[in-house]
Amino acid sequence: MSDPLKADNVIEARGLLKLYGSARAVDSIDLDIRRGEIFGLLGPNGAGKTTTILMMLGLTETSGGSVEVLGFNPVRQPLEVKRRVGYLPDSVGFYDHLSARENLVYIARLLDIPRRETQARIMEALGAVQLADVADKRVATFSRGMRQRLGIAEIVMKRAEVAILDEPTSGLDPHATFELLEMIRGLKRNGVAVLISSHLLDRVQSVCDRVALFNRGKIALMGTVVELANEVLGAGHPILVEASGIDVPAALKGIEGVQQVLPEGEGAWRVVADRDVRAVAAQRIVAAGGALTRLAELQPSLEEVYTRYFEEDRRAA
Amino acid sequence: MLRKLGRREGSPFTGLGPVFMKELSDHLSSTRMMVLILFVIVFGALPVGFTLQELRNVTQSDQFLFLRIFTAGSERMPLSFVMALNFMIPLLAIGLGFDAVNSEFNRRTLSRVLSQPLYRDALLLGKFLSGLATLAVALSALFLIVFGAGLLLLGLPPRGPEVARGIAFLVVAIAYGGVWLAVAMLFSVIFRSTATSALCSLGLWLFFFILWPMIAQAITTGFTPAQFRTVDEVLSLEQLSLALARLSPGTLFFEAVVGVLSPETKAFGDFANLVMAQTRGMIPGTPLPLDQSLLLIWPQITGLIAGMIVLFAIAYIVFQREEVRA
Repeated sequence: MSDPLKADNVIEARGLLKLYGSARAVDSIDLDIRRGEIFGLLGPNGAGKTTTILMMLGLTETSGGSVEVLGFNPVRQPLEVKRRVGYLPDSVGFYDHLSARENLVYIARLLDIPRRETQARIMEALGAVQLADVADKRVATFSRGMRQRLGIAEIVMKRAEVAILDEPTSGLDPHATFELLEMIRGLKRNGVAVLISSHLLDRVQSVCDRVALFNRGKIALMGTVVELANEVLGAGHPILVEASGIDVPAALKGIEGVQQVLPEGEGAWRVVADRDVRAVAAQRIVAAGGALTRLAELQPSLEEVYTRYFEEDRRAA
Repeated sequence: MLRKLGRREGSPFTGLGPVFMKELSDHLSSTRMMVLILFVIVFGALPVGFTLQELRNVTQSDQFLFLRIFTAGSERMPLSFVMALNFMIPLLAIGLGFDAVNSEFNRRTLSRVLSQPLYRDALLLGKFLSGLATLAVALSALFLIVFGAGLLLLGLPPRGPEVARGIAFLVVAIAYGGVWLAVAMLFSVIFRSTATSALCSLGLWLFFFILWPMIAQAITTGFTPAQFRTVDEVLSLEQLSLALARLSPGTLFFEAVVGVLSPETKAFGDFANLVMAQTRGMIPGTPLPLDQSLLLIWPQITGLIAGMIVLFAIAYIVFQREEVRA
């Protein structure tokens, strides 16, 4: 941690390795998570995301390489790491026979939170995830979304500097997912660095500042969603055109910068260009007498990046 | 393993207190505990009731009459309180421990709890100690109930040495429960399914109660010579038979309890008792002082405690190596 440039990293992994027998579950990955960002670990199931997380928490041993969390080594100083890092495991469980409050009291005791602060911190945390009114209900009656929120409440109560969430949105309905993502943004607003692992891309895309794409134990791609899109889908400004009355491909072909015009369903085309051609395209269509009904810049979607990447990867393999 | 322990920082007992308190309150408030206590009381109360009725009619003087409540059977029910406990304590301990670790795993609470600042050591030890404390509470309560019933129905207060022997008996009973608790927890660490671990613990329990005496008998018979030539031969055969039987924790418990509650006991095994009496000029039937009785059962007590520690250590090692992920 002597390098001042790295001082803002909360998690640093260098050549991190995990072997199960001869299988490389995590194959020498390098990873930096910065303070206050939401970082997404993406990839298919079994790509090594959860193993990476468990190594960061010191819950499983590393086979090689190094990892530092908030300047502590999770292998040698797991207690220091676990005191400062909140973890929401994949399909989190609570003690069903206890109430939400009692579950948190147990964790507060384990965290050694002073007794006179405990109740206030629990209620504050439950309030932050909108569970304050069911604080004394048994967790057995909670829905999956409520359990996930209780898991977030635990992280809030812990006042963690880093939150690691493993598949937090899996199995949630759209509304619950939306609420949960809002709470994750809330964590970020409080200065918590958040690490999310997921295979649900469109949802994660909306909250992540940066993502890493895992593939067979390696990080295949890392960066912002736009960077990844440029890398995998090619740089450019894809736009969507919906028009009728004219031969749209013919009208757009001549525009400088347009590389491809691909049909995208009935009366819609996808235009790939190396610059923003929206103004010119609109002009051409209208000039040719066409009725332009839609002209939109296509946001690069993580889903697309992901699908394309793994298609290419499979073809290469 | 050791290398790893040497490298890591922080006390392995961090978080032990909260785990212990939480598990203890879970045990004491659970329905399962109620059911187990009910079992033990029914199984314990029957022999005690019959024995007490019989003891009320005893006319000859017996300086350890009070202790007979625990050890004596009756005509109507050839089962003493101690024999009932020998059978019931394992069930109680298994009931408390068979799902200690795997239920956390199945409820998916294990990784969440282990991501708090505590080592696995504290979790396992806290669970074990809380089980042991629950056993101690249950057995002490039972012991006091029997003691009280004795006071009421015999109308005779126990003397100091009898109380002391009673307490020694309680300690032995808790240690015996600890062995079975460690067995149950070991299975709960090994098997992910609570049903499998319960089945294995109960299977082992039945094995030691039903099969093992027969196997020990068969082995001893195999070693029996056609004709005994010396006293030593008889004695050594009895030693072999005892050594085999003592592999079962139930035997150790029973010997220790008989040793402390029946002060006349001077050695274990009929023939050994006879030889002891002959060679040391002791009169059969005279009681030993308390310290001599304790000395006599010391190996049994250490055996039980050592067994408990070894089993716990194995569970600990298995648990350390287990992956927490689903």
